[in-house]
Amino acid sequence: MDWLIDAGSTGHKFALMFVAIALFVVVMGAILLAVDRPKRVPGWVVAAAFLGPTVLGLGFGLVYPGLRTIWGSLLDSKGNAFVGLENYVRVFSEDQFQTVLRNTLMWVILVPVLATLIGLVYAVLVDRTRFEYLAKTLIFLPMAISMVGAGIIWKFVYEFRPDQPGVNQIGILNQLLVWLGLPPQQFLLGEPANTLFLIAVMIWIQTGFAMTVLSAAIKAIPDDIVEAARLDGLHGAKMFRFITVPSIRPALVVVVTTIAMGTLKVFDIVRTMTGGNFGTSVVANEFYVQSFRIRDLGLGAALAVILFVLVIPLVIYNVRQLRIAEEIR
Amino acid sequence: MTAAIPSTTLVDSGASTAKARTGRLGRMDQRAGMARARLARPWTSLLAIVLAVLWTIPTFGLLLTSFRPRQEIRTSGWWTFLQNPATTLDNYTEVLFGSGTQFSTFFVNSVVITIPAVVIPISLALLAAYAFAWIDFKGRNILFVAVFALQVVPIQVTLIPLLTQYVQWGLAGSFWTIWLSHSIFALPLAIFLLHNFMKDIPPSLVEAARVDGAGHVTIFFRVLLPLLTPAIASFAIFQFLWVWNDLLVALTFAGGSPDVAPLTVRVAELAGTRGAQWHVLSAGAFIAMIVPLIVFLLLQRFFVRGLLAGSVKG
Amino acid sequence: MNSMGRRRSQITAASAAGLLILVGACSTDTDGGSDGENTAAAIDCSQFEQYGDLEGKTISVYTSIVDPEAEEQRASYAPFEECTGAEIEYEGSREFEAQLPVRLTAGNPPDIAYIPQPGFLKSLVEDFPDVVVPAGESVVSNANEFYTPEWVDYGTVDGKLYATPLGANVKSFVWYSPSAFADAGYEVPTTWDELMDLSQQIADDGAIPWCAGIESGEATGWPATDWVEDVVLRTAGPEVYDQWVNHEIPFNDPQIVAALGTVGDILKNDTFVNGGLGGVTSIATAPWNESANGIPDGTCWLHRAANFYQANWDESLEVAEDGDVYAFYLPGKTADDKPLLGGGEFVTAFSDRPEVEAFHAYLSSPEWANAKASVTGQGWFSANSGLDASLLQSPIDQLSYELLTDPSYTFRFDGSDQMPGAVGAGTFWTEMTAWVASDKSDEDVLAAIEASWPSS
Repeated sequence: MDWLIDAGSTGHKFALMFVAIALFVVVMGAILLAVDRPKRVPGWVVAAAFLGPTVLGLGFGLVYPGLRTIWGSLLDSKGNAFVGLENYVRVFSEDQFQTVLRNTLMWVILVPVLATLIGLVYAVLVDRTRFEYLAKTLIFLPMAISMVGAGIIWKFVYEFRPDQPGVNQIGILNQLLVWLGLPPQQFLLGEPANTLFLIAVMIWIQTGFAMTVLSAAIKAIPDDIVEAARLDGLHGAKMFRFITVPSIRPALVVVVTTIAMGTLKVFDIVRTMTGGNFGTSVVANEFYVQSFRIRDLGLGAALAVILFVLVIPLVIYNVRQLRIAEEIR
Repeated sequence: MTAAIPSTTLVDSGASTAKARTGRLGRMDQRAGMARARLARPWTSLLAIVLAVLWTIPTFGLLLTSFRPRQEIRTSGWWTFLQNPATTLDNYTEVLFGSGTQFSTFFVNSVVITIPAVVIPISLALLAAYAFAWIDFKGRNILFVAVFALQVVPIQVTLIPLLTQYVQWGLAGSFWTIWLSHSIFALPLAIFLLHNFMKDIPPSLVEAARVDGAGHVTIFFRVLLPLLTPAIASFAIFQFLWVWNDLLVALTFAGGSPDVAPLTVRVAELAGTRGAQWHVLSAGAFIAMIVPLIVFLLLQRFFVRGLLAGSVKG
Repeated sequence: MNSMGRRRSQITAASAAGLLILVGACSTDTDGGSDGENTAAAIDCSQFEQYGDLEGKTISVYTSIVDPEAEEQRASYAPFEECTGAEIEYEGSREFEAQLPVRLTAGNPPDIAYIPQPGFLKSLVEDFPDVVVPAGESVVSNANEFYTPEWVDYGTVDGKLYATPLGANVKSFVWYSPSAFADAGYEVPTTWDELMDLSQQIADDGAIPWCAGIESGEATGWPATDWVEDVVLRTAGPEVYDQWVNHEIPFNDPQIVAALGTVGDILKNDTFVNGGLGGVTSIATAPWNESANGIPDGTCWLHRAANFYQANWDESLEVAEDGDVYAFYLPGKTADDKPLLGGGEFVTAFSDRPEVEAFHAYLSSPEWANAKASVTGQGWFSANSGLDASLLQSPIDQLSYELLTDPSYTFRFDGSDQMPGAVGAGTFWTEMTAWVASDKSDEDVLAAIEASWPSS
């Protein structure tokens, strides 16, 4: 048993890794083999075999903690006494929370829309060109960087030095301003523009995701459709508007949804770059601060629940898309 | 418009279909030619190049910075490098050898953590996505929406309940906790994305197999899996990146002990007890990036090809 | 040779030398761990007999101290590991303060943790009364023998000793360049008025005297709270300071408003700040640990920071009273008025196993303090009265220890570290940041912090 828990040497670690994968394959294989009889096994048993491990895992790892959080949001800061909706009242009565909510909305609207838009335009621009491979790699590059790493990179871009003799700019953006004869700016300080500068970082990361998925979708548009449209005299922007975009609509929905969900949860960028100061905080960051730094567990849970609520419109939108897709089929 | 185009996000290459190869290739060349013509218009190429440069400058700046001496980093911009081309490897030496534990240990840990944490959730998600797309059962849509909505549960709220369980099971501080946690956290998004590709596969293919007497398991492995290879590879890249770059899960469930801690834990430590300076941070950021970049470059051809291989079109 | 390697070999050499001093002759314990080869021969294990034979026992330590300081921590445990046979599993994390409560809640506590703030210790004892273990007898007797009652008090909650001091630091310092001062003919001030005169003089000479930065990631703002505390001690006095920290007077008491105004005379004065970094608002975005670089670069002259700021200087700079950089005591109102602000970490245990108590006792003993001093390059000293100050290698650490043990200085512990987390690691930071970043008024800042003070 100890062999399975404590792995010290490199060989041992890899051996353990293979054991884990083999274990998984054997268990899943056994389950699937058991239900692979087309007629005799009822449908729900097959579904259970395909979905069972997933449902168990999700129930244990996400649903139960989620429900606990909802309950926790009705308790006091130590998680002992029931306080009803007091935490929510506190959240909404605080002035600064208006700012936090405004920022969160800015993030969740701007990041998916702009990242998808830029990713889409770029995917179309480089589609089937000679430098497609290189161009895509460059745009995708930020995806390979952790959020914290991205925060570091952009803090360096925004770095401010005063316009003084003997002092050089070390941030590229301010150097550009100086070259243009403008005074250097403290980008992360001025509200509400600073939130936009933070959002830029997330767009920078997510555009690669949007581009790769959308590019693949564009390549999947049937040739006949493109040709037919071309025979009808569609070119350039019109082709993009009437053929490309409608054809990849499902992929667009997926990309926007995924990025929006990811954006709602992001707090590393805010945390590393401004620490939530200067009116740049977002709900996810406030949640982290309250839960883990100030340890007001009730308030932290309430903020997490607000995150759940913010996602409801996205869920509804996707359900409707799902219905439309079902009808088509 | 959507209604007019039945199964959209489909397919392109792989050419394992009834279509005549020559005809297809000819058409592809034609389209490539069109694209070139489109890009011949200078402003489109210009825009593409400008965007690529814009996207690269921040990373490039930090890369250059990571090779500059500490004093230079502080007092002049990296773009002055050509005027003053002083370079050093000190920053990298400090990152690689500045800890009591060998850097390679963290590297091995990252690999050992990442591979199962990519393989397991993708396998589970494929099965689940198949069930949601092709098996009829009661409450299918409700369950699917529920799984989809779980994407929003912040990982932070799960830390304490999960860790409590792991401690009771005697697993705390082992690789198992990280594998299990990453697998669970990845599922909602993986199912959502893979389901999208899965349902785009023409029903006729599945029906044909069913008529031949194949069960769901056979259909899944024989018919769908081959078609989905590029989509799986694509999602594998994303999952790989998320796991490789994760700090929170590893820190909470495995702790920072050198036996299990991944690279990110080491890189986070670079920030020092009381905050770090550019010279170490820049080098650390790049060391952490190398592996994800290699993996991406190796698997990138799948993106270029399309997310579904073979199968029929239109 | 790279700078890091150089520092490392210094440490090793120093550790061997230091431990030789500790010794006498030497009984050796040869069955010990693998890491102590060069020290094994030098350790006198007779002082460790009291801990008994701990062969095969493991003690886990969880702290916020990471490399390179963590390396020094581990080295300082070598004598204990050698002589008792116990093994110390050290884990340092930048996320310590967020992660420790998670582990405690989940039932996965470390054996020992180093708590950086007394306020945090207090809330841990309140939130996890069954998990935090009161100090054992041997630890209590060490604490009473080697520490002043104040220091024992910081680790005491509701009359019970839970934690003993580990390291200490002194924050009432102003870093400057002795060589530049000599060239310009400036004198180190000994009263607050002289400090202000000096600032004015530097400004009149065409330079900006002060540089400051309070950006520190998610902890942005904390250096500004140290400023306020230091000035409250000087303008309102230690008694008012204690009342303020314990919330016996409101956070926005008029005396505190006056103190913040005095801080503002420097930090919000455009002719005094922010040398090489910008205007007043740049204080909010300048990284704390890089903000004093203007002193060697010649763009500013004065920077208020603790002794541990030494870690942030370029290795090429000589830190000495007549060197490139050094620090003088932030003066009081008069030359005889000498309040001293400082801080430290505290060792607390989450297990009452005998080996854990033994290690806790070791950490509170002079043997450990001296072992640590001899392996430490800079940025550490202890309030332990058994510490042999000559073992400290950095002049600024020696000066810190000197001031701390000098009875003419009145020591006070960092106030924000003692306040409830919602204030001390929350609004006090964020409001001070707003104070510089958006020129929020003294009154509004203090009133907002007062309003956030937890009611219970």
